[in-house]
Amino acid sequence: MIITRKHMRTVTAAVAGVAALGLAATAEAKVEGDTIILGSAISLTGKYATNGIHAQKGYEFAVDKINAAGGVTVDGKSYKLKVTYYDDESTPARGAQLAERLINQDGVKYMLGPYSSGLTKAIAPVTEKYKIPMVEAEGASRSLFTQGYKYLFAVLSTSEQYLASSIALAAEVAEKQGKKASDVKIAMAFENDPFSLDVRAGVVDDAKKYGMNIVIDDKLPRDLSDMTSTLTKVKALKPDLLLVSGHSKGAATAGRQIQEMKIDTPMIAMTHCEAADVVGKYGAGATEGLLCPTQWSETLSYKDDLMGSAAQYHSDFQKTYPEYKTVPYQTAQATAAVMVWADAFERANSFDTDKLRDALAATDMMTFYGGIKFSEAGNNVAKPMVLRQIQDGEYLVVAPSKWAAAELRHPRKPEY
Amino acid sequence: MIDNLYLLTQAPILGVDLIIQGLFIGAVFALIAYGLALVWGVMNVKNLAQGDMVILGGYITYQATLWGYHPIVALPAAIVLMFMLGWIIYVLIIRRVVDRDMFTSLLATFGLSLLIQQVLNLIYGPEVKVAESGFGDFEVGSFIIIQNVRLYSLLLAAALALAIVIFMKKSRMGQAIRATAQDARAARVLGIDTDQVYAFTYALNASICGAAGVLVAMIWVIQPYYGIVYSIRAFIIVTAAGLGNLPGVILTGFGLGVWENVAGFVFGAEFAVAAVVIMLVAVLMYRLVQLYRVRQVVR
Repeated sequence: MIITRKHMRTVTAAVAGVAALGLAATAEAKVEGDTIILGSAISLTGKYATNGIHAQKGYEFAVDKINAAGGVTVDGKSYKLKVTYYDDESTPARGAQLAERLINQDGVKYMLGPYSSGLTKAIAPVTEKYKIPMVEAEGASRSLFTQGYKYLFAVLSTSEQYLASSIALAAEVAEKQGKKASDVKIAMAFENDPFSLDVRAGVVDDAKKYGMNIVIDDKLPRDLSDMTSTLTKVKALKPDLLLVSGHSKGAATAGRQIQEMKIDTPMIAMTHCEAADVVGKYGAGATEGLLCPTQWSETLSYKDDLMGSAAQYHSDFQKTYPEYKTVPYQTAQATAAVMVWADAFERANSFDTDKLRDALAATDMMTFYGGIKFSEAGNNVAKPMVLRQIQDGEYLVVAPSKWAAAELRHPRKPEY
Repeated sequence: MIDNLYLLTQAPILGVDLIIQGLFIGAVFALIAYGLALVWGVMNVKNLAQGDMVILGGYITYQATLWGYHPIVALPAAIVLMFMLGWIIYVLIIRRVVDRDMFTSLLATFGLSLLIQQVLNLIYGPEVKVAESGFGDFEVGSFIIIQNVRLYSLLLAAALALAIVIFMKKSRMGQAIRATAQDARAARVLGIDTDQVYAFTYALNASICGAAGVLVAMIWVIQPYYGIVYSIRAFIIVTAAGLGNLPGVILTGFGLGVWENVAGFVFGAEFAVAAVVIMLVAVLMYRLVQLYRVRQVVR
């Protein structure tokens, strides 16, 4: 193509046009007419895409519900909610960049979190720097709440609580069998990454409280493909409780090799059973009795005015998104994060970020997802983790007993 | 560590179990490393996409199970498909970097690695997948349980390795490959179409990776980003065995599997990989000392 002067002029005009649009975007800022704009950088592609999309749908479902119910009332006027998304490609550097863009170029003043602790860790310093409050629903790492962040609020339970409840359960079972809690022997296999080490820290704290004996404490390297050496130790030492945490890969590997090596530990708890779909992969027989922690389950008896009960939320969500056979907790907690924002806007009765921050800090509400009340550090202290047991291929809540939907099956009786 | 060693002396059967399982693990590593050594030795291309090709083979198996076939059916399919893919990759990319310096080929294969990862992620998503063989197991004594799928993998890896060794020694193409590895220029002078040899070598490596991938999907788990595990192991094995030492590569593969498993037991799983790397350093230092001695003799 020969570039003529006329072409150049067209190009210049186009560039100017784009620039003008950019400026317009800067000017549009936080509240546009009767719409409040929230912003989120979220993983729509890359390795966290599946869960990122779960979270995005949770945000969207909440926004639709809130808007359909009349929106958010601030200063006597009703506003609709809208979320601006960018795809962070599952990379922390990109996430931080996009947070800057949302705040500086798009003028977003109210943030929703990304997916995963890693991305949240990358974005939190940015929102903190600009004093923009962020309500996040997908970053559970304990280390997020030890940095003294003032503008970060998380609706989910933090990672050190993930498997801690299984320790209490093991103690309960031991006492029922006439043994002492301090007789319980624990084997641990945790991936050597920040998340699993947080989970481990919670377990170690609780085990110490009961005086339990940790007989195996293996930290699986990130690029480990085989757990044979750890499981050989488990077979030799016969612990009463085996704990595994290593994201989907760890759960899939453990699920397979526990079956292959016919591990007969009476109680086994692991994270990410559902994400790894262990029942689908290895069948109900081999996974019978595994304990899996979860942030939320539709069988819990939590409820609120907007969404109704947990079960109601579950069926309403499926009506909107029929492709979901079960609604993952990642979706439910994303919905809860938007509800926290709506509640804060109404209580603050203002668009001022500092007033909103104080309103967020004073949140004390019950939702279909559980109670939400933030500690000084910003994590939710009103909602426990629950443990579900795989019973005949179904995930049923067995602990804490207050919310249990089924009796704990102990010892587990898998068919290998 | 002490109590783990104590445990081993108390129940030596544990050690036997660890070694057997280690051999099974090593068999797959050996196969992958063999392919890498071939490409490295013949073409002087360090194939950073080695592990990703393995994972690609794994996904061929997974796709076969989606279509309702038994995963083992995918083995011949993976070998053929990956051979063709390897040839295409050679024509499109590798041919252009074969004679360039090391960094060009590193960059090109690194790019290839990223490409394979992302394409797999787009098609299959980032979840962990497995292919269930349902081959069952048998028990030796009262403690050792041997998975049939692992045993078959070991035999299959051995058979494949043997077939390749015979092929390299006896067939015309095998001889041409070895001649090219020794001196590409001389081979060309003697009428060997080295371009053809390179294409064949790269395609052969791809199909070895494909076969290994089928085994990986049946024994462990696959995910678009797990290729790096196998790339790293393969590089360690080839470096330790020494270039041009193909039987050595296979032995080192088995050794690495056993050492990793035993070290994981004794030092704890977090030191399994460290133990392997320390072993590599030890081997390299030993070689350096040897080399030094030889040099003194020459002087």
